[in-house]
Amino acid sequence: MSRLKQRSIDLYNWFEQRLGLGAPMIEAAEHEVPVSTSSWWYVFGSAATVILMLQVMTGILLALVYAPTASHAWSSLEFLDHNVRLGWFLRAMHGWGSDFMVAIVLIHMVQVFMFGAFKFPRELTWIIGVFLLLLTLGMAFTGQVLRFDQDAYWGLGIGASIVSRVPVIGGPLVGLMLGGPIIAGNTLSRFFALHVFVIPGILLALVGLHLWMVIRLGINEWPMPGRLVSRKTYVRDYHRLTEQTGIPFVPDAAWKDAIFAAAIMLAIVACALWFGPFGPTGQPDPTIIETAPKPDFAFLWIYAVLAYLPPALETPVLFIAPVLAIGAMLLLPLVSGEGEKHWSKRPIAVLMVSVIAVTLGVFTHLGTYTPWSPIMNAWTGDAVPAKYLHNRTPLERQGAIVFQNKQCRNCHSIGGSGGLRGPALDTLASHMTEDQIIRQVLQGNGNMPAYGNALSPSETTALVRFLTTLRGDQEPARDASREMVLKSER
Amino acid sequence: MSDPRPSTNHEAPFGEQHIAPGAPMTEPANPVSHKSAGHSRRVFLFKLSLWINGAVGAVLAVPILGYLLGPALKKTSSENAWIDLGMLESFPEGETRLATYRNPVTTEWDGQTGDIPCWVRRVSKDKFQVFAINCAHLGCPVRWFAQSKLFLCPCHGGAYYADGSRASGPPERGLFEYEHRIEGGKLMISAGRMPTLANEARVEKPLVHIEGRGSSTALASTPKPEPRCGSCQG
Repeated sequence: MSRLKQRSIDLYNWFEQRLGLGAPMIEAAEHEVPVSTSSWWYVFGSAATVILMLQVMTGILLALVYAPTASHAWSSLEFLDHNVRLGWFLRAMHGWGSDFMVAIVLIHMVQVFMFGAFKFPRELTWIIGVFLLLLTLGMAFTGQVLRFDQDAYWGLGIGASIVSRVPVIGGPLVGLMLGGPIIAGNTLSRFFALHVFVIPGILLALVGLHLWMVIRLGINEWPMPGRLVSRKTYVRDYHRLTEQTGIPFVPDAAWKDAIFAAAIMLAIVACALWFGPFGPTGQPDPTIIETAPKPDFAFLWIYAVLAYLPPALETPVLFIAPVLAIGAMLLLPLVSGEGEKHWSKRPIAVLMVSVIAVTLGVFTHLGTYTPWSPIMNAWTGDAVPAKYLHNRTPLERQGAIVFQNKQCRNCHSIGGSGGLRGPALDTLASHMTEDQIIRQVLQGNGNMPAYGNALSPSETTALVRFLTTLRGDQEPARDASREMVLKSER
Repeated sequence: MSDPRPSTNHEAPFGEQHIAPGAPMTEPANPVSHKSAGHSRRVFLFKLSLWINGAVGAVLAVPILGYLLGPALKKTSSENAWIDLGMLESFPEGETRLATYRNPVTTEWDGQTGDIPCWVRRVSKDKFQVFAINCAHLGCPVRWFAQSKLFLCPCHGGAYYADGSRASGPPERGLFEYEHRIEGGKLMISAGRMPTLANEARVEKPLVHIEGRGSSTALASTPKPEPRCGSCQG
């Protein structure tokens, strides 16, 4: 037994003599960190790294089968899902791994921000972290493109349309993005190259730098209210803290990272088993236009913002807002590199995180049910509720047919079903008079197109008659000025 | 069993080995001046090598950038071609139909992505409008609703009237329209590039426009599906 042990030590020494990596690695792993950094709040960065490893591994395994050509990518995914043993599971792991990675990276970022860990001397660690966030999102977007289905195809169309709005060089940029005149084979090939070579290469290199700096500068100590960061004293104070309360990172602090990473891995496996892989949705055939494209979860909020921006503001906001947001994140540690770290003494920071989180949450939630989109088959799919046809005149019932037939339901709901783009019409006549309804239908207003050309006079009459019956239990709307005018004329 | 080498030896254990043992080594009179004698020459050579590598890099950068930027530098007019959308009879007067065509520039591995749909509106006997499928907002595929005479976009709810003009929603303009002409009883459009705000479907005609009839007749022979009605059910 001891002979075997001696053998393995000899073997290790043989390699160590030539590589010389073991000793510095052990030293780095065992370096002392302040005891306060051994916290369940400090586990997100290492979890993100572990998920990155998972993504690299599952990605390589998927690449063994995936065909990165526009003509075959979609069918190779179907093949992976149905014909390759456990192919669906690998796809599910990679897909869920990507969602978890985006989430964990965001949580890590919020934690670092709230704990003031971006302050001196860790400014550059934060700045590289911002790039890591952008690269992670880049991986998520290019990954969605590689799942070359309808959503990917039209998602590329949305991307190209956004890029085309860049002043002056928009056109050439679209060509550069698509690799040709249309979304086609070259487009998929270049997104494959980005997703598999370019972005992961940069990502891994920057993760290396990020970790190197964490080891070199030490893990951020637990912030205390009133303990201010000063460039003059911080390093000395940190070293004193490490000397007084230091514990070896491995194993005394790292066990929490390891357990959290294992839990996250299990969560990904559970999601992959329970929910399965994402898509692919319909095949990427642009002539199949009966589709409602939607981006992946991480980008739903952008999709929602694009629905609500007024047309005139859209292009400026699209290009100025990201520059400001990314610029602010990059400049943050340089502007606010000293001072208070604890969140209880940084109300603006708390407020900012809350506002941004609520905003992103609300827009993402809106993106899940897209109230701004017409429901394309509501006019044939959703019936007029029977109670709205009870005790109605033939003309009013004819109006209900016009209401269905002219696709009003695609944007307006009655009886709780139909589109949400326009207001629900169940109590329309209680706040609009007949004249106002006629005007609104024929000329349109605000977000409603004019239907003057699409309705004959008899259809208009029937439709408006039907609409005036929609007032619930309320009194019909009256135009007060009309009676006054009539009285004065008398 | 014991390790003959001390275990602390792992830092640069073979550091001295590149001096071959037994090689003739002439002892210089003054080792310091000997080392520095060639120093400035070697620094010069090193700087020179940096310059040479910079020049080689610059020379290499030209073809690399040319390759990378190739798709960006192409003119729309060079990629547009006249494409046959089918006989005029397949587009009834007063109706708007979905037609598809094979993009003039495709590769073998483009698959289905090389088939592009468009909306053909026949206003009267020889008056046509051909709209791009892409919404002017963000490029999603718009759908024609014949009953309400509207094009609706599923993404953000952009709406257009029958003539392609903007009706409501986030688009800031009407639908993109292809240039078209009627030739030998067939409807031809000039297309080839995905229309966007930076690359509208219509191309400004040069002063002298020479058109090859040959290429259009070649494209006319490719088989294509019948135009179909957009919102017909079933």
